[in-house]
Amino acid sequence: MLKEHAKLIAFFSQCQEVKGRKRLQKMIYILKKCGFPFSERYQFHFYGPYSEELTLRVEELNNLGLLDEEKEKKSGYYQYRYTLTEEGKNFLHHYDLDMPDMKPLIDLLNERSSRFLELVSTMLYFDELSREEVEKKVHTVKSKQNYTAEEIAEAWAFIEALRLSVTNDQ
Amino acid sequence: MAYRDEKLQEEKVFKDPVHRYIHVRDKVIWDLIGTPEFQRLRRIKQLGTSYLTFHGAEHSRFNHSLGVYEIVRRIIENFRHRPHWDEEERLLCLCAALLHDLGHGPFSHSFEKVFDLNHEEFTRQIILGDTNVHQILKKVSSDFPQKVADVIHKTYPNKLVVSLISSQIDADRMDYLLRDAYYTGVSYGHFDMERILRVMRPMEDQVVIKKSGMHAVEDYIMSRYQMYWQVYFHPVTRSAEVILSKILQRAKELYENGYAFKVKPVHFLSFFQQEVDLDEYLHLDEAVVLYYFQTWMGEDDPVLSDLSNRFVNRHLFKYIEFNPNHQLKQWAELQQLFKKAGIDPEYYLEVDSSSDLPYDFYRPGEEEERLPIHLLMPDGELRELSRQSDIVESISGKKRTDHKLYFPMDLIEGLSDRSRIKKRIMEILQE
Repeated sequence: MLKEHAKLIAFFSQCQEVKGRKRLQKMIYILKKCGFPFSERYQFHFYGPYSEELTLRVEELNNLGLLDEEKEKKSGYYQYRYTLTEEGKNFLHHYDLDMPDMKPLIDLLNERSSRFLELVSTMLYFDELSREEVEKKVHTVKSKQNYTAEEIAEAWAFIEALRLSVTNDQ
Repeated sequence: MAYRDEKLQEEKVFKDPVHRYIHVRDKVIWDLIGTPEFQRLRRIKQLGTSYLTFHGAEHSRFNHSLGVYEIVRRIIENFRHRPHWDEEERLLCLCAALLHDLGHGPFSHSFEKVFDLNHEEFTRQIILGDTNVHQILKKVSSDFPQKVADVIHKTYPNKLVVSLISSQIDADRMDYLLRDAYYTGVSYGHFDMERILRVMRPMEDQVVIKKSGMHAVEDYIMSRYQMYWQVYFHPVTRSAEVILSKILQRAKELYENGYAFKVKPVHFLSFFQQEVDLDEYLHLDEAVVLYYFQTWMGEDDPVLSDLSNRFVNRHLFKYIEFNPNHQLKQWAELQQLFKKAGIDPEYYLEVDSSSDLPYDFYRPGEEEERLPIHLLMPDGELRELSRQSDIVESISGKKRTDHKLYFPMDLIEGLSDRSRIKKRIMEILQE
């Protein structure tokens, strides 16, 4: 029961705070692609990989009183900020969850902007394609974002760093 | 004449209870409908286990796929000669609409969960692999199959084309809401689709709705909300779904432990081994699955036999509301009590949450989370729907979620009345 919810609670407990739903979506996607056992199914949407299952599970955690969602008004839109409640922190003490340490990767992800995570997650979405094809895809499906060659090169380096980080942990 | 432009000598029409008629003029569309891969959709129910709750819900993915095609055909007719619309994309849109659910298997949701499958991946394989569908699409042009797959997977560069089939207000949703409401017989779920089609306008990246059509869209959003809670997430349907998943889980476990089935489950072997190839996948439809459930009723394994009997004869689990946070201790205690009573909790005790059946309620969300519905104002400006509509704002802000505990009441009631275990189980369930 609630095993998938517990994995998300473990994620939030290692994050301290997540600012923005888009960031949350992309962070879980990238962690999943790095082999962390999240089960949420993703589909490609306008702004990259998106999981309705994740959105619903986060709402459930919020309704169960395990996760706090704060709505902040930004210029012209809202941004959501997530932190675990005390009950959320206690929940894991009663739950026997075998989850690998995500902290090093979370720290890497937290240093980056949502725009950059959107680029990385989009590139990972097409990871069955060759490097050239991935870059071509980024330019066609993300034409509006106008990612520069430097950003794409940086994203490749970042993906490599993620992979190294995962390999070193094994 | 190029194959892509070939028309049938006479228009073909399918009589349809939702759209009255479905019109086919393109040879490509007619040929696709005739392929074994598309005809297979007749043998897969659109609503999976819902027929055990709403006996009319026997409609198939074949009906729905034709319906989505027809809606897209009508939208495109309205878009002709409007700015942003490229008539060259017409056939691509029609093919993607028709084929968007091609990879769905029998009782998709449970199968995908237990066997770790993804119907979208099978859709891609059918379109790009060695199939009749692929042969037909390739006759249009060598890159046409890939384009159709890209539209369905939402990675096609022209976002307007993608949004016709997949967005917050698309042909897929409009068809299944109306169709599911019709076949289940429920009175909610209806909205004025004709009106919505008339006020849809193509823009650079998406379809938008003229402000004057806002009330029709409000009805559509309400319909989505009500159909989820009244039909899709109906607790009796979810009970059947829980049992279905448990049957598959049990059969897989028995196979892995070398159990000798009375009838060798040849159609399931690749699923048990998690090495399903396309050919095997296409051979498994609901008739085949239900045949095995019939045979499994006579198996020696009591769990497989009992669960199969429950599904086939609609002898479902009962349920109660459950708060997984506040009732965590009771959950652990129930597990122990079930074990002591000889009822395996792995197969007879389950918490089902709303997130187990992902369904996208309309949420405006935050900037760049996902694309919302936009209204086209008289001055040409675009505004997000919930900022203009109080009704949409009120339901999109609410986050209703649900958790239920499912269990076999008959097995618990069958325990001795003097049993302290039975007494305690009943106390917890009635708290």
